[in-house]
Amino acid sequence: MDMVFQLLFQGIGIGSVYALVALGFVLIFRATNVVNFAQGEFSMVAAFLMVIFSVDLEWPYWISFLLSLGGMAIYGALFNLGVYFPLRHRTYLPVIISTIGASILVSNSTLALYGPQPQVLQPLLDFPGFNIGTVYLDAQYLLIIGLTVVLVAFQYWFFEHTLLGKKLQATSQDKEMASLLGIPVATMIMLTFVYSAMIGGLAGILVAPILFVSIHMGGTIALKAFAATIIGGFGDVAGAIIGGLALGVIETFGAAYVSVPYKDGFAFLVLVAFLVFRPQGIFGERVAEKA
Amino acid sequence: MSSMIEIYRASAQRKQRGLLAYIALIAVLVYVAATTTFDGYVTNILMQAVTYAVAVMGLTVVLGLCGQINLAQAAFFGLGAYAVGLGTVDYGLSYWICMGLGLIVVFAFGAFLGTSTIRLGGHYLAMVTISFQQILTLVMINWIPVTHGPDGVSRILKPNLFNTPQSYLAFCVVVLAVVGYLVWQLPSTKLGRAMRAVRDNELAAGVTGIDIQRTKVTAFAICALLGGLGGGLFAGGFSYVSPDQFSFAESIVFLTMVLLGGVASPIGAVIGTGLLILIPEWLRFLKSIPGLYLAIYGLAVILIVLFMPDGIWGFVVQQFKKLRGSLRLSAELPELTLVQTQAHADDVLVVNNLAKHFGGLKAVDDISFVVKRGSVHALIGPNGSGKTTTLNVLSGLYTPTAGAVQLDGQDITHFAPHERTASGLGRTFQNIRLFRSMTALENVIIGVERPGNPVDHAPIALEGRARSALNFVGLGDRADELVTSFSYGHQRLIEIARAVAGNPTLLLLDEPAAGLNSTEKMELRDLLKRIAAKGLTILIIDHDMTLVSEVAEHITVLNFGRRIADGDAVSVLNHPDVVTAYLGSDANAAH
Repeated sequence: MDMVFQLLFQGIGIGSVYALVALGFVLIFRATNVVNFAQGEFSMVAAFLMVIFSVDLEWPYWISFLLSLGGMAIYGALFNLGVYFPLRHRTYLPVIISTIGASILVSNSTLALYGPQPQVLQPLLDFPGFNIGTVYLDAQYLLIIGLTVVLVAFQYWFFEHTLLGKKLQATSQDKEMASLLGIPVATMIMLTFVYSAMIGGLAGILVAPILFVSIHMGGTIALKAFAATIIGGFGDVAGAIIGGLALGVIETFGAAYVSVPYKDGFAFLVLVAFLVFRPQGIFGERVAEKA
Repeated sequence: MSSMIEIYRASAQRKQRGLLAYIALIAVLVYVAATTTFDGYVTNILMQAVTYAVAVMGLTVVLGLCGQINLAQAAFFGLGAYAVGLGTVDYGLSYWICMGLGLIVVFAFGAFLGTSTIRLGGHYLAMVTISFQQILTLVMINWIPVTHGPDGVSRILKPNLFNTPQSYLAFCVVVLAVVGYLVWQLPSTKLGRAMRAVRDNELAAGVTGIDIQRTKVTAFAICALLGGLGGGLFAGGFSYVSPDQFSFAESIVFLTMVLLGGVASPIGAVIGTGLLILIPEWLRFLKSIPGLYLAIYGLAVILIVLFMPDGIWGFVVQQFKKLRGSLRLSAELPELTLVQTQAHADDVLVVNNLAKHFGGLKAVDDISFVVKRGSVHALIGPNGSGKTTTLNVLSGLYTPTAGAVQLDGQDITHFAPHERTASGLGRTFQNIRLFRSMTALENVIIGVERPGNPVDHAPIALEGRARSALNFVGLGDRADELVTSFSYGHQRLIEIARAVAGNPTLLLLDEPAAGLNSTEKMELRDLLKRIAAKGLTILIIDHDMTLVSEVAEHITVLNFGRRIADGDAVSVLNHPDVVTAYLGSDANAAH
């Protein structure tokens, strides 16, 4: 029984990371109707920025943390300008292909600069964790869960109760109408990319001490975040969070009770199961093109 | 002016000469490959280029023709390669049996992935193929008892018939040539046209009778099959396969090849493959830094999508077209005939207590009406009265909340759009939905190919009928132009020709006069009268009261989702409720 709680705790911890990245996926999808296949690289780039600032340059952890997030904001803006914006009037296919190209470009440029050796990043907090009964609560996992809760609450407040949030929502629902009402749509989309890059980056920094910092972390995380969005219902914010948590738990239990080498395969199996039996996900509704 | 048959014969002869020239070219290449002794390095490069090109042509089909994405082509390539590798080495089977089994496995995987995801749209397919690719790599590395794990499979046999590198290379060139020819021909076959129609406009493809789902799955399975075929050839050529040759990175390489060369043609596939295999050989020094090489691929993908969306071959073709100008054929064509299937009853369309609710909104509420054979029936009503919703329920884009629809005695309430079309429904759209990458002729041919159309489906007959239909709407001499070069009004006529050419039992016209100027409206009125004179039953939905009163014999009026009047045109238009609905309650102002 303790084993179950232990796994549940770890599953929710890692699931929170997937949920954060899935959240970034969904925000960009809602704003642009395009799935960003370089979403996972947001996490990877942020983790490498952390390595540069805190390990290579040996700057204080908190300064490195803030600088990395600032770097992600710039990266998100550049990403929008280089990869999405020039293609905004084309169909979804060229945009997908271009984001895939970006994913390959970024992860392999990192490989060329840093080599294949995974980098180690220290946890954010000094103290390791504590026991409740026989269940060990690792501080990094607790931090991830806590920050995810804070961020989700912040995002809810931001989108529902601020003017900027409403403008972003208007943009994602009807770009033409939004621009007729004087909302600068291009700026709103830019902000969406910046914000999405920052939360993806935050997820990367948080998970780095657990997973190692490697060029492959982006692809793995993106795949799972995408599976999470399908489980939750594509384009649904609450669905992305629930889906992320569910996937983290399923995967942790799968690795413990079924097979470790195929740990990354469970996401795919769950994904296909949902596509076959409930493609609209837990919260989603069927979408169809109107005549 | 020459007859249709002569023109057709001339173009068939031209095609035959082209095929002969192609066969001659391939024969020369095969001769060179089979007789020249290259050194091992050159043979390897050629072998890689030829086998990769087969797989890349799969992407030409799925991405270029059908507009669907596949990011697991390296996985299918790998499945084919492992089938040949493991089969010949571990199980001692003949090369040909292994190849056959491999193709079956690959086809099954392709069809399964396709059927489970394709109906959900491109994003899902992209992610699912990436996932499949990752899983397959995991299995190749970890399932050591079967796959030999990271070590791979070595000492793979070539078939006895082609035991030397030269003869095997020649064999691969022949396979590539055959595949290239088939892929080249595909766009002008029924299946190929269906794929292009699905890529251009899914909704319109559905209502012209194309099974969208099956077309996409077929394209995807063909792509997988060609991937597997290329992989099987590859395994025989290199005698050694290992998991890292079939990773996600290789899928990206395949994708880059097809994008660089041009997705629209197998020639593009060959150009892209050739360049991306040769260039890296010239730039070998880049491989000394891990990652740099793929980073350049990634950058290349972005740059191609941004600046050269049609690829190298697409660019060349564009320049060529500018020089040559457009080709015009004119022929004496038979008058368009409309064949009616055996009439079951006098009532062509029977709508019984039809309802469509969106949540609490009753867009259509308990509507009934009957369309008589050979009549022009109009469905009118103010904005928001439920006209378009009714039409979308009739053509199968919406499922009704309640009620039933019968077409020619057959209950079609639960049919998918393409099944309704097969039962005899034809329609046009308010906002024109043509297949934009095709000529007017090709658009109309798809209409002629309506399943259940009781005409000759031989290619010459199809083309003849399509040209007759374009003649009928007055655009016969521009049949070979791209639809995008026509004016809005003419595009509407092409859409009508596409629907009429399929010999529908009932023609649904959704606001055909919308957006037309007054001259075009008069032309449209005359055209509708000519169609009606041929005995075709028409259900027209429009705002234009002049048009409706001039062509319709029978009118049904909707308001707020309910039927408020139904009867012959004159009495309905003078019905007090109708006058009120259209012009407000002050009935004195109506006349």
